[in-house]
Parts: sequence; C-alpha cells; structure tokens
Amino acid sequence: MSDALIRLAGIGVSFRGQSVLQDVQLSVKPGEIVTLIGPNGAGKTTLVRAVLGLLKPDSGSVWRKPKLRIGYMPQKLHVDATLPLSVLRFLRLVPGVDRARAQAALAEVGAGQVLDSPLQSISGGELQRVLLARALLREPQLLVLDEPVQGVDVSGQAELYRLITQLRDRHGCGVLMVSHDLHLVMSTTDQVVCLNRHVCCSGHPEQVSGDPAFVELFGQDAKSLAIYHHRHDHEHDLHGAVVNEASAGLSIQGPVQPHVHGDGCKHG
Amino acid sequence: MADFLLNALLAGLALALVAGPLGSFVVWRRMAYFGDTLSHAALLGVALGLMLDVSPTLAVTVGCVLLAVLLVTLQSRQPLASDTLLGILAHSTLSLGLVVLSFMQDVRIDLMGYLFGDLLAVGPGDLAWILGGSALVLVLLSLLWRPLLAITVHEELARVEGLPVAAIRLSLMLLIAVVIAVAMKIVGVLLITSLLIIPAAAAQRHARTPEQMALGASLLGIVAVCGGLSLSWFQDTPAGPSIVVSAASLFLLSFAWPRRTG
Repeated sequence: MSDALIRLAGIGVSFRGQSVLQDVQLSVKPGEIVTLIGPNGAGKTTLVRAVLGLLKPDSGSVWRKPKLRIGYMPQKLHVDATLPLSVLRFLRLVPGVDRARAQAALAEVGAGQVLDSPLQSISGGELQRVLLARALLREPQLLVLDEPVQGVDVSGQAELYRLITQLRDRHGCGVLMVSHDLHLVMSTTDQVVCLNRHVCCSGHPEQVSGDPAFVELFGQDAKSLAIYHHRHDHEHDLHGAVVNEASAGLSIQGPVQPHVHGDGCKHG
Repeated sequence: MADFLLNALLAGLALALVAGPLGSFVVWRRMAYFGDTLSHAALLGVALGLMLDVSPTLAVTVGCVLLAVLLVTLQSRQPLASDTLLGILAHSTLSLGLVVLSFMQDVRIDLMGYLFGDLLAVGPGDLAWILGGSALVLVLLSLLWRPLLAITVHEELARVEGLPVAAIRLSLMLLIAVVIAVAMKIVGVLLITSLLIIPAAAAQRHARTPEQMALGASLLGIVAVCGGLSLSWFQDTPAGPSIVVSAASLFLLSFAWPRRTG
C-alpha cells in the first residue's frame, strides 16, 4: 500500500451529534479509478471533502502522498452574473497557464470552442468539461470528481465517463469519483466503494457483458454504460436495517456497524 | 483654484480610483451590506477615538478591522443568517456611536460632517491620510488580484489549489475597512457604500473582463467626483450627496448606452 496516493483509515465524521461517516477506509493508487456510490445522504461528498482536506474528520487518519497535486472538479460552480469572466480567464486562474495551454486543455476534454465565451453563457455539459479542463491544468496526480456527469444528458454522461477513462490512461493519474447512480457505473472502474454512512462493500465490479438491449440502444456507448452487476451481500430496508441475505461477491471492510445492521447482516 | 477645492478634488479622485476595483469585488461577492455595516460602525470608531483622544481616522480603521473580525467569527459560530447579523451590528453600532457622542458634552463635533461627509473641509493632513491610504490599498489589491478573483469564483476550488482562502478573505475585509476610514471624510458614513457599488454596477453592463469592470468603475467614479464637486461649487449643494447623486445619474445613463454584443 506504500504506492497509494491517499489513504484514509477509520474516518468518522458527525454534524451536530448526527453521525455522517463511521469508520471508513479508502485508498487510491496511481492509475486507478475508484468510484464512490451510494444513496443521497450517504456521506459521499463529506468523504470527498475529507480527502481534499476541506474538512477535518472527527476521528481517523487522512494520509496524502507528500506534495500530492490534486485536480478537483467541484459538484457545481456558481459565478455571480455580474462577474464578467470568460472561460479563458477562468482557466487562467490556475497560476502559470497561458492561452495555448488553456486551449490545449479544453481541446483535450472536447470543449475547445468555448475558450472565449463568457463562463455564465455555456451549457451545463460544456461547464462540466471546462471544470475538468481546469482540474487537468494542475497536472494532477489525483483527480477528484464530485458527480462529474451532473446535469448532463444520458448520452453525454457516457461520453464524459469515457473521457475520464481516457484521461486516466493518458496522464496515469488516480481518479476518485462520486456517483449516485447505481445503474450507470463504468465497466472501467477499478474499484467501487459502496457507501451508506459506512463502507457497505467495496471491490472490483464484475466485468460486464453488454446486455443486447443496451448495445442496441447506445451502440458503442454500451461498454461504458453497462449495468452495474455487483451484488450487495445484504439489503437495507427503509429504516436502514439489513433485510435479506445474498451471496457475498465483494469484500466487506470495517467492523460491524451497530446503527443499521440486523440479523441478516454478514459483516462478521 | 482655491486650495480647499484642490484638496477636495485630489481626495475625491484618490477615493474614486481605489473604489473602482474594490467596489467591483463588493458587487461580485455580494458584500454591499457588509460595507454598509462597517461604515455605520465607523461612527462608533469616531466616538471612541474622541474619547480616547486618538486620531479619528486611526480609530475608525482599527474599529472597522475589529468589527470585520468579529463578523467572521460570529458567522461561523451561530445559525443566524448573515444579513440578519449585519443588520443587528450596523444599527446597534451606529446607535451606540451616537449615544457615546451625546455623553461628551465638552467635545463639539460636526455630526452632519461625519454622517454625510465634509469634503470641502479636507485639510493637508487629511489629504495625506487619504492619498497614503488609497495608494496602499491599490498596491495590495493589485498584488492580491488573482487570488481574490480565484476565491470569488469558487472558494473550495481555490483552497484545494493551495490558496490560503481565509487569509485572502480577511485581507479583502481589511482593505474595505481602510477605504471606509478614508472615505468617511469625503462622503460620510451613511453614503460610503454607494461610492463603492454604484460606479462598479454602472461599469458592469459594458465590461467583458474583470479588469475592464474595475477600470471602468474607477473612471466612472472620477467623473462622478468631478460632477458632484462642480454641482456643489456652482449650486452650493452638499459635496458628498452631490457626488452620490452624480454617480447614480451615471448608473442610470449606463442603461441608455447599448450593450455591446458578440
């Protein structure tokens, strides 16, 4: 594990006495894509903020490789309408970036045409790409993407996920990404961490064979859009209690969490 | 030209120059009410300065800085919304200032001068303060320009990219505090914010870069100062309010100008 970019152990966070994360482990290695999935309120963004150093966990340790360069793509960007800022100027807020480098980064993410547009006038999909370009301009060792496909239509989502994989291949950086969509997880994700206040399970997603209906619907996008086949070893009911048993396809991390698990739980 | 008019003109121009870029940040970051609160509190600074027998300008600067720090602390410690908090602080500090002043029977001060400015009474000593303070703020602003823009666009992104966001935000508040202390003599505590935001708002419609907006705001501010002083000179109107009125006219005129497209 000494080659990891970041390593979090036993992370616990609570807000106003309400536990948001409990005993969470997470690590990302260079060239590895780790996807955090889980329902709303599962603590995905909180965990990302702990990784970024924006939030100090109440317990546990956060280790970052010394001098780690992180490229961060926030969930949303709201720039006041009164601030006249072109995409170029936005990218040049990263020190040492000139027009040529900004143009190259935009071209790499497929948004070269918006270089001189006002930031507030571009579409949601273009904005996501611009944010990705800004993260790349930092020449990151680790890319942290908080819901990178938010506000993008379905075919655009597949394209963005494919782009992220390409960027990983080209730059060799580690990627930590948040998604709350159980159905659209990339077949290229190396590790999936299923989060619901604690790590429910984590591991390599099964190599997904393309469902014929999917191939028909999305053509070459099907590989990126494959249905995520991992099976939980347990299900949560509305109250968060574990309701049934299923085969354990994935490794379980962390000790038993007293808050949610009932009889059906196999967490040891 | 009469000496007092020259002094007034130089002081007004210096303030307009620095209010352009600083006011742009006040507009972009929606800090207009924050500026208002600091300027209201300036009167309390004046009162305390007189009581402790230190220079009012110094007392106001220190007072504004302390209030800015207090605000930041309060904002992170309790659940009241910022505008509620600002409203409480603005009016209670202004009232406290007036109450403290009323206790000092032996000190005769020109209350109207502090509330609405007394530009034509700017002496050589005041002018040195105003020119020095404006120059200092301009230099610091140009050094901090890029980091300030970065935290205005997205604070967390800036923090991940290694900028000391809290320190930069505090510096901006301190710069505003200094300018308020400087501007108090010119337009008075009740009108200071208008000089920060009206020229910036007027320049906004026609600017395509942050720098164009800042520079445009400075130029419009200069025109407003010249216009207001002329009005005051020829029609014998109060100088501070005349400057604000002429800035507001420029703001209205900016709508008549067709916006550039493409």
